[in-house]
Amino acid sequence: MSTADPVTPVLTKRWLSPNSWRLSVYEQLEGYTAVKKALSKPPEQIVALVKDAGLRGRGGAGFPAGVKWSFMPQNEEKRHYLVINADEGEPGTCKDIPLMMADPHSLIEGCVIAAYAMRSHHCFIYVRGEVLHCIRRLHAAVREAYDAGYLGKDILGSGFDLDITVHAGAGAYICGEETALLDSLEGRRGQPRLKPPFPAAAGLYAAPTTVNNVETIATVPFIVNGGSDWFREMGTEKSPGPKIFSISGHVERPGQYEAPLGTTLRELLELAGGMKDGVPLKFWTPGGSSTPMFTAEHLDVPLDFEGAAEAGSMLGTTAVMVFNETVSVPWAVMKWTQFYEHESCGKCTPCREGTYWLAQVLERMVEGKGTEEDIDTLLDVCDNILGRSFCALGDGAVSPITSGIQYFRDEFLALCETNKSKQSESALVGAQA
Amino acid sequence: MTEVQDSVFDADIHAKAKEIISRYPQSRSALLPMLHLVQSVQGHVSQEGIAFCGKHLDLTDAEVSAVATFYTMYKRKPCGEHLLSVCTNTLCAAMGGDAIYRKLQEHLGAEGKPLGHEATAGTPGEPGSITLEHAECLAACDLAPVLQVNYEFYDNQTEQSAVELVDALQRGEKPAPTRGAPLTDLKSAELQLAGFFPEDAERFAADVDGPSAATETLRGAALAQERGWVAPPMREENA
Ligand SMILES: Cc1cc2nc3c(=O)[nH]c(=O)nc-3n(C[C@H](O)[C@H](O)[C@H](O)COP(=O)(O)O)c2cc1C
Ligand code: SF4
Ligand code: FES
Repeated sequence: MSTADPVTPVLTKRWLSPNSWRLSVYEQLEGYTAVKKALSKPPEQIVALVKDAGLRGRGGAGFPAGVKWSFMPQNEEKRHYLVINADEGEPGTCKDIPLMMADPHSLIEGCVIAAYAMRSHHCFIYVRGEVLHCIRRLHAAVREAYDAGYLGKDILGSGFDLDITVHAGAGAYICGEETALLDSLEGRRGQPRLKPPFPAAAGLYAAPTTVNNVETIATVPFIVNGGSDWFREMGTEKSPGPKIFSISGHVERPGQYEAPLGTTLRELLELAGGMKDGVPLKFWTPGGSSTPMFTAEHLDVPLDFEGAAEAGSMLGTTAVMVFNETVSVPWAVMKWTQFYEHESCGKCTPCREGTYWLAQVLERMVEGKGTEEDIDTLLDVCDNILGRSFCALGDGAVSPITSGIQYFRDEFLALCETNKSKQSESALVGAQA
Repeated sequence: MTEVQDSVFDADIHAKAKEIISRYPQSRSALLPMLHLVQSVQGHVSQEGIAFCGKHLDLTDAEVSAVATFYTMYKRKPCGEHLLSVCTNTLCAAMGGDAIYRKLQEHLGAEGKPLGHEATAGTPGEPGSITLEHAECLAACDLAPVLQVNYEFYDNQTEQSAVELVDALQRGEKPAPTRGAPLTDLKSAELQLAGFFPEDAERFAADVDGPSAATETLRGAALAQERGWVAPPMREENA
């Protein structure tokens, strides 16, 4: 168990420096020192280091990064690609965009090291299109890195070549799913692919490809500099390291707090100044809308991959959305469901049809026109989506509904009661819509 | 590739299309940025725009259309000088985003006829015209409720601040975003999304250096500094 401080700025530390996005500032703050070390070692040694550190993917699923890298072929018969997932669109998630705005060179340095470790010479950063300032900072940083010899041919005299292309998406949450992202990057509709083959076997242009999240890759230079033991001084045995917790909603001081994995909501709330105006907590998500919601019962759940799962949710993206007593759960669930309905790519029937019906039923209930059977209908439709959809978007879509009904069934029932008595006034946010 | 010339897209835009293609190992990857390029000329993806992409990439109009219609940022109708996107996903909505969106619908609409999603107040393309849309989570939830003009962030909004913002836009002013470059217009933003930034180094630097260090963004790091909290020190043999 970690004895680290409550906040452990690693990735977020440079953010406080004026003009932290510039190469000159980055270089003054140990920037591009890790890449020099990495390029002097054999690629396999970097993969082994990242494995030893136990770095787990920060994009939501928590797959061990070193293990994923080791799936890439050792030979270079085909070109290898590294693709950075900067599509950040999971509701509540807001860590990668500020990271890339504040410290784009940490991502670029991580890309050089990771690409070297996986014998790739072309890296794509797929950024969601709606964040122009972030895209601009990335372009500027890539330009600076080329000019300084950190990108391009024979990087720092090592003989290693790498090109980075910054690619702007065009507004589609599903493109965050790694195989949909690859289709989108190939200029197609962003729809998931059947796995296997996994990207390491046949990814971008059917060539060996690794897709990693921004925060995952930006962590790599620190592991190279600090070593795996240092990294493990933060976090828990199976979920080591620091993690950016993005706290939003009804707290006094929302924001980005980088703390060891395993930190609890109770501790995070303390950092964030407690609940806004002292209004009590009602529900929250540990890692975005696709992770089943928690309640005040879960204040002491350790927020690492194991802890969140044992308590019936998932760590996801550590997007901690906090809602107080004034918010109606059925309304919040309806809003999220409308999101999934809008973002369903339409490829498979359970998700395409299911999210449509779920949204209809929830809208009717929130309007006060629901019946008790609607609750069963919702759960029934969820049952037909969960585990039966082509990709994890479908599974994510049912999370708010099943967890919402699990913890707040009374509130759903009350909406039906209102229907019975035709008194639809309620003080809860959205319930009056 | 066939040479293509037409009245809507001039030689410069054709040259840019070729430059986009050169960034990728396979030409079709250029389609998304090329659709952004098309929007930088027309403010939406028109039939001519679809044909333009198709000719450059050797795709049929149907293939290009199928892609263009899949993505929210490609607009099928001409847009205003500015695109105003209000986040109405759950977190922002609960913090006031829904109310802001409704207020702007009324404010920009006519008496008893609120402006619809992706509808334009004013004549598309004319100065001061604004296309309004509700948007999904914009990855700025700690700054909720947020909105964007031409994909630049205006954070921590209220109904009043949002109304003041649109009034200023309609008067032809360009209020500075909370996080982002000095405001221009939708077409200029689309050119940057296609990967073309100001040639002039000073102008580009001014854009790049536009603010981003929101209090919320820096909160954890600032708190740690104040309390003397640090990550464990790295040992020398590794450093
Ligand atoms: C619907 C959906 C959306 C996703 N969105 C993102 C995203 O925006 N960013 C991200 O890094 N991963 C996202 N993921 C997870 C990716 O598929 C993939 O697991 C991840 O990029 C792998 O990187 P990591 O191993 O470094 O975490 C999404 C998954 C799904 C199913
Ligand atoms: S689960 Fe939904 S998003 Fe995923 S493939 Fe099926 S329809 Fe598309
Ligand atoms: S919910 Fe509005 S930015 Fe995330």
